Amino acid sequence: MREALEGSQAIARAVALCRPQVVAAYPITPQTHIVEALARLIADDLLEAELVSVESEFSAASVVLGAASAGSRSYTASASQGILLMSEVLYNISGLRVPVVLTCANRAVSSPVSIWNDHQDSMAVRDSGWIQLYCADNQEAVDTTIQAFRISERTELPVMVCVDGFTLTHTLEPIDLPEAGQVDAFLPPFRFSRSLSTARPLTQGTLVSPEFFTEMRALQHGAFALAEQEILAADRDFAGLVGRDSGGFLRVEGDREAEVAILAMGSVYGTLKDAHRSGLLGRPVRLLCLRAFRPFPAGAIREAAEGLSDLIILDRSLSPGSGGIVAHEIRSALYGSGKGPRIVNFAVGLGGRNVPGEIFREMLEALEKDPPAFSFFDLDSGKLPLPSDSVMPPS
Amino acid sequence: MVEIRIHGRGGQGNVLAAYLLATAAFFEEKFSQAFPSFGAERRGAPITAFVRIDSTPILRRSQVTSPRYLILADDGLLRVPETLSGLSPEGAILVNSPHAPEDLRKHLEEEGVSVGPHVRIATIPATRLALEALGRPIPNAPLLSAFLSLTGTLSTESLGRAFAERFSGDLLAKNLALVSSGASLVAANLWKEPIHA
Repeated sequence: MREALEGSQAIARAVALCRPQVVAAYPITPQTHIVEALARLIADDLLEAELVSVESEFSAASVVLGAASAGSRSYTASASQGILLMSEVLYNISGLRVPVVLTCANRAVSSPVSIWNDHQDSMAVRDSGWIQLYCADNQEAVDTTIQAFRISERTELPVMVCVDGFTLTHTLEPIDLPEAGQVDAFLPPFRFSRSLSTARPLTQGTLVSPEFFTEMRALQHGAFALAEQEILAADRDFAGLVGRDSGGFLRVEGDREAEVAILAMGSVYGTLKDAHRSGLLGRPVRLLCLRAFRPFPAGAIREAAEGLSDLIILDRSLSPGSGGIVAHEIRSALYGSGKGPRIVNFAVGLGGRNVPGEIFREMLEALEKDPPAFSFFDLDSGKLPLPSDSVMPPS
Repeated sequence: MVEIRIHGRGGQGNVLAAYLLATAAFFEEKFSQAFPSFGAERRGAPITAFVRIDSTPILRRSQVTSPRYLILADDGLLRVPETLSGLSPEGAILVNSPHAPEDLRKHLEEEGVSVGPHVRIATIPATRLALEALGRPIPNAPLLSAFLSLTGTLSTESLGRAFAERFSGDLLAKNLALVSSGASLVAANLWKEPIHA
């Protein structure tokens, strides 16, 4: 049923529809409303689940690791420093191949301290062995959350659903929540193949000697190939129930034949699409919205980039000393695949800086001026104590 | 698309005001979006919230930088330079203030703040009304209903439904009474214009 809901409330309701048995989380802006709403649903007997209040994100992740290992469908959510504090346990969850779903209410990482949105937090744990799906709007956040449980349980890989903090979590808009029957039909009860039980004792997380370590890692890596199929299948099957998809690996929209494309991840895509629809771009542009970052869909990206002369990639996070993280991976995917497009990487909207629709036209115009491979597009050089070329080393 | 910016101070319920407006629009089968822009999270700090209402799905998620309307929960905010930033030259401002619009404009001009010759201003004493009815200085109900009445954007009944989704009992009844009194203090449809332009 369609309701006017704040993103966080809608995500909490979507989690509840998945009937988790254990929820453990520690509050952090801008994730707090999600777990507050879940706590309320549990207190009001609208969701039968164990809510574990913990003293830190490290414990939140540890609790869901234990609960899921014992066979309970488990959920947690965090952001920013909370994700970093969890990071050791995130590796354990994925390495032990335990299904867990986590919402990352994407927020910048300090220092400098910022409560506002960018993708630095989830990018910081991109190698932790979690599937990462980025949501462009709150409807996708709801639908992807439900899909995430099925993907996680079928692949025995944890799934991080990345939702832009404030821009989505605190935005109220019309959202369709599926019916409980639809979710039940899509998501069977959780049965964990290696559930801890006194009836069938086993040890998890033992020391692995060099004799077996590489094989463990290869299995983990290989699981992501299966995950590719499950991500597409979950989106397709869920679309069959509710009549809308969430973009599979990535969406290709706008002027599909255009030779210039802009690629975005997360909620900035809506503003980009609006700029295209409003004629603000001033020329035909192919619009790409990347949803799956892990597994990284290199093949789908190569296909989406076919025939392009120029590809602008927006990054909402930074690897200092290297540049944008998404662009780095896409360059690598396109390298060696024939005549690839020129790739221009712009960092924008770091730490919550507003990304207005007009900025995309400026980016397209900048293409004519031979821009560097990477730059901070919305940098206000007037605020710098140094000449701006000293903060933009030539690449 | 109608773009509205609400300025207030932390603790006044400004984010809720934005959510209530967007919810009322949803009840009239329009597309709507509301979100806050927090500064430091503390009571009294200036807070901005944004509302968009349209007849087609709303895609953009950028902040509202050139609003048609401003709703100010406190007339002191007119003296904060960012408040008037980007307001359409033909825009309109509804202010929670005990002063008449012409007096407010005069005071501001004396202080060197120019609102723009074509920008319309309306005021209602929402804090006084809220204190009388609720015992708390939460100006939302009269301010929002006055806004809807002035612009004819949505019916005050839809605003009442939005309140009913979040409040019940005595508090709801008091807010609904404030919705009625707020609307009656302004000239209906004075600022009316088509919603999809």
